[in-house]
Amino acid sequence: MNRYYWILGGFAALVALLAIGLNLNPRDVPSPLVGKPAPAFTLNVLATPDKTLSPQDMQGKVWLLNVWASWCVSCRQEHPVLVEFSKKVDIPVIGLNYKEVRGDGAFDMGKMGADEERQLAYQRANKWLAEHGDPYKLTVMDLDGRVGIDYGVYGVPETYVIDKAGTIRLKHTGPVTPDVLAQKIMPLLAELNK
Amino acid sequence: MKRAALTLFFVLAGFFASTAGIASEINEAALAADPVAEKRLQALSAELRCLVCQNQTIADSNAELAQDLRREVRAMIRDGKSDQQIIDFMVTRYGDFVLYRPPVKGITLLLWGGPVVLLVLGLIVLIRYQRRRALRVAAQDKPLSADEASRAEALLKELDNK
Repeated sequence: MNRYYWILGGFAALVALLAIGLNLNPRDVPSPLVGKPAPAFTLNVLATPDKTLSPQDMQGKVWLLNVWASWCVSCRQEHPVLVEFSKKVDIPVIGLNYKEVRGDGAFDMGKMGADEERQLAYQRANKWLAEHGDPYKLTVMDLDGRVGIDYGVYGVPETYVIDKAGTIRLKHTGPVTPDVLAQKIMPLLAELNK
Repeated sequence: MKRAALTLFFVLAGFFASTAGIASEINEAALAADPVAEKRLQALSAELRCLVCQNQTIADSNAELAQDLRREVRAMIRDGKSDQQIIDFMVTRYGDFVLYRPPVKGITLLLWGGPVVLLVLGLIVLIRYQRRRALRVAAQDKPLSADEASRAEALLKELDNK
């Protein structure tokens, strides 16, 4: 009799292990950047292409960095949440437009020159923000995705919370939902702005 | 029916053979340019996970991100970075997850040790079972005691008389 309890116990343990495993989200890769300084970049601003922005310019402020692109389907889902956020909360959101043209997959990049790509990217990004609303204080253009690599971007949209000292405090992969905002982001912002 | 299946097989076989051919052509062209660098690129790419299609290396994957990461690795090789520097570059951005061979540390102990622990547990169970079985078999193989022998004899006799 005793040994059947053993087998049953072992089986229950296995079921528990697998249940936990199945409920983990394999897309949710913990970022090693949390707790580290936000990687430096200097990128052109969408609204004023002759100006650039660096993370150092945001020093002393708590801010969000939101990675987006007009071809990104989930961005459409999270966009109203960000628009709402920007109306209600006084926290600057910086948009990082990630590979606007070459990320789309609809273009033959071998045939497109750098100037043509830049023009098309600005045009598409502006159009998208005009259509869906602009929650961003500024958007910077990462045409080739190099800055995206420095930030460990692997699935757009991604959102980073960066504190006054310029340290990344949170990375959220995937669309920001009202739940994520209320449970993860808002409490952190309140704490950082204390 | 059989013929249709056969045709399908040859079509598929032809398709895969041709894609394999294309892939190796590209690789060969690149190899010819700088065989040492290209060999290093391939070895490194095979160690790095593509974060989009998570069960492929960036060598196997054709995802956008994998192409970008191969481009980064190629640039770093050109800049004379060591393999370790290139791996570190990836780990600081994407974490240990990017490594196909995760390092042995606290959080990965179960991952590395799990199979060994299961094997040892299995062996212990097997050995215990075998020992008990051997004891049981030995008990059954014991020669009959005088009492048992006379009973058996009596039973056999009874059968014969019937």
